[in-house]
Amino acid sequence: MSMDEPDTRRRLDDMAQGLIGKPLDRTEGHLKVSGTATYAHEWAVADQAYGVLVRAPFAKGKILSIDKAAVLAMDGVLAVIDDDRLLRNPAQGTANEAPVQGAKDVVYLGQPIALVVAESFEGARHGAQSLSIEYDADESVAIDPEASDAQTEKPDEKQFSQGDVDQAMQEAAFTVDQVYRTPGHNSAAMEPHCAIAQWEENQLTLYGSYQMLKYNRNELADSLGIDAEQVRIISRYVGGGFGSKLGIAPEAVAAAIAAKELQRAVCVTLSRQQVFEAVMRRSETRQHFQLAADKDGVLTGLSHVSLVSNLPDETFAEPVGQATHFIYGGENRRIGLEVARLNKTCAGSVRAPGEAVGVTALENAMDELAEAAGIDPLELRLLNIPEKDPEQDVSFSSRKFRQALKQGAEAFGWEKRQPVPGQVREGEWLIGMGMASAARVNVLMQSEAKVTLSADGSVIVETDMTDIGTGSYTILTQIAGEMLGVPMNRVETRLGDTDLPSASGSGGSWGASSSGSSVFLACEDLREQLCRKLDCQSADLTLKDGQAIVRNRSHDLVELLGGESLQAVGIIEPGETSENVRQATFGAHFAEVAVNATTGETRVQRMLGVFSAGRILNEKTARSQCYGGMIFGIGMALTEELLHDPRDGHIVNRDLGEYHVPVNLDVPQLDVILLDERDDHASPIQAKGIGELGICGAAAAVVNAIYNASGARVREYPATLDKILPYLD
Amino acid sequence: MQTLNLQVNGETHELSVDVRTTLLDALRQHLHLNGTKKGCDHGQCGACTVLVNGKRINSCLTLAVMHDGDEITTIEGLGGSDTLSPMQKAFVKHDGFQCGYCTPGQICSATAMLDEIKEGWPSYVSVSLVGEPELTSDEIAERMSGNLCRCSAYPNIVDAIIEVGDKS
Repeated sequence: MSMDEPDTRRRLDDMAQGLIGKPLDRTEGHLKVSGTATYAHEWAVADQAYGVLVRAPFAKGKILSIDKAAVLAMDGVLAVIDDDRLLRNPAQGTANEAPVQGAKDVVYLGQPIALVVAESFEGARHGAQSLSIEYDADESVAIDPEASDAQTEKPDEKQFSQGDVDQAMQEAAFTVDQVYRTPGHNSAAMEPHCAIAQWEENQLTLYGSYQMLKYNRNELADSLGIDAEQVRIISRYVGGGFGSKLGIAPEAVAAAIAAKELQRAVCVTLSRQQVFEAVMRRSETRQHFQLAADKDGVLTGLSHVSLVSNLPDETFAEPVGQATHFIYGGENRRIGLEVARLNKTCAGSVRAPGEAVGVTALENAMDELAEAAGIDPLELRLLNIPEKDPEQDVSFSSRKFRQALKQGAEAFGWEKRQPVPGQVREGEWLIGMGMASAARVNVLMQSEAKVTLSADGSVIVETDMTDIGTGSYTILTQIAGEMLGVPMNRVETRLGDTDLPSASGSGGSWGASSSGSSVFLACEDLREQLCRKLDCQSADLTLKDGQAIVRNRSHDLVELLGGESLQAVGIIEPGETSENVRQATFGAHFAEVAVNATTGETRVQRMLGVFSAGRILNEKTARSQCYGGMIFGIGMALTEELLHDPRDGHIVNRDLGEYHVPVNLDVPQLDVILLDERDDHASPIQAKGIGELGICGAAAAVVNAIYNASGARVREYPATLDKILPYLD
Repeated sequence: MQTLNLQVNGETHELSVDVRTTLLDALRQHLHLNGTKKGCDHGQCGACTVLVNGKRINSCLTLAVMHDGDEITTIEGLGGSDTLSPMQKAFVKHDGFQCGYCTPGQICSATAMLDEIKEGWPSYVSVSLVGEPELTSDEIAERMSGNLCRCSAYPNIVDAIIEVGDKS
């Protein structure tokens, strides 16, 4: 089915099993809490050897030679691989082909240049640390995107202009003209990247940790120079992704090359330091905002021009202005993007690429506009919600933006906020409130699933979708159970294997709606098959608890099947509704912080997120996703920052002791309100993505609250103590 | 190589290991107890938390050969997938995890942490340095701050621990 028309039937609402939307426990929960879910490193593949990647210790230049002999002579060392097929950096999300390859030309410090394989992990690590290399370093290293001699590009397709922003700025009653900066971020998923490669003849099985298997299979095959049919990837459980496992990564290709050469299975795991250096970072951003408003605070002009960075030859550029295109009105608009080519770890997707940093800075600028215009920040947002997409003549699909702002304000007690900063003090702590809007584009992707209704009345769902902690196992089980009228424990959902039908993969928040729709469509087909047996219309068929009820008569499903199993394949594809309406998810963040009047330390005391993202498939897993996004936001606001040595770009804080993700005590007991809605344009299950919405704008609510508490206007993230101290008495 | 005896989850295992092998790698690579996770290998994330003689430690920061004769409890020793401990059940009920990778470490840590509170160990947020600390969300959050969770299930982890702590 191609999503060309809104699906107003809302068939899930007609079903009787009562599973959809419920806060059900994760179906795989008992495996995860008992340590028996199998992650990449844990497959019992016989006779494994272990590989450790060797990093380039310089930022730019050529490898001249590697002294393999000395390392090969070490106890237990089996091979030193410096094949030209090794990956320079991971593939970008949905690349579907090999990323830049080659181990001789170095463009960033930390680039993998060789793999040492040994009988034991300890032996391989020692070998990797001992490998002697000769290289020719090129001193012309580019590290700072804002340096006067930085090489930058302005891709035409990433520039947008409408009306005359400069004139709007001149004629405006109130303006904001400010630059905001966000540093690089690391996904820091808890499971480091790992791949175990095993060949049987010319067939490769790779146990790995990846988010998008159908693309990863093609990327791996292309990297190795073999056919995709020769590759099977298995990722049953993925220990967090957040973008870092979207594309095939250096460990997979290195493991496959080594396993082929040694004729035995090879396991390659990245160290935490290598995850920081050789996977993906979110680009740093410089964002210049110009906001123009009339005397009532209504936007007349909006300019958002950003500078980001990446390695040479990478097409990805952090799409900073992605939601700026549609979140607020304003007739005169300019949204631009410039990319600097640097010798720093590859930039790629980190949770909510674009909006995570773009909406955040926009919401800081809106806070400044509210103050300039003397309007409450909440009121300013409400005033500027556009009726239609402000740049294209299309309507929004479902959008509970206004309701999220209003309901959030009421639940949070926003009316208690003191408009003038620095008015509330409790002992040594200055207390303040801030808010921000949340928005994220919504995307549907092609996805395929097979559903089997077995003769015993149980159901099997099969698709190569991944569950990276998002809840795929659970929500796909719920959809099949709901549509076919069987309880959760009668549905088995099999994921994470390229031998299964190809799914959308997990990323861009599209996983649940895309793969869920494919399961829904397969189940609709199965219902039709049952209807033919019962001589009825699908609308007249009720399936519940293993019974098929039609015309007030109940038939046992097993008897109805009569020993036969039924199968159906569901395929969803994006269609015209991706173009003829503006699809996005919306929400609002509210934060209360305490800023220490002496030290400048900020503690988040309360935080509320209100989100609308179409149909909520599982209230429990959806809420957890929102918590996760909001807490990423707390990290972005207060502590997270990749620090690069200005001489060679190496990441100075390349571990979890120095790159500070939030810990438990950094996070208060959060509140989340989910506004259930039906988006008929988004998917036949009326669901949209929710995995990234929680981070979009969250950090701005915290930083705006810091301003309200202390008068410290921080425009360079994160809001560390040194940036707040100058504002304190 | 060196031989040693590890008492893991009530069973004695005689092992012969490279002396560079951490307790974490001995559990995973030699005993195939994969419940204990490697997140950073530097004692920074807590995913490898196990109990040694009843106390929680980061198993990546200690060598296997230092634990000859020690009693070690891993997540597998707290409860299997069909014999979950009260803490494991509470984590499922409160959704105290998403990807599940830090979860065994969180649960081992939480289990030992409740004993520390019962024994009256104070923490950075304790109001008093003497007596049994109150089981507040702050008290739990502080004591669980050595276990990172990037999915950020922290509020749910605290809820799960409060439920178990209140019952005991």
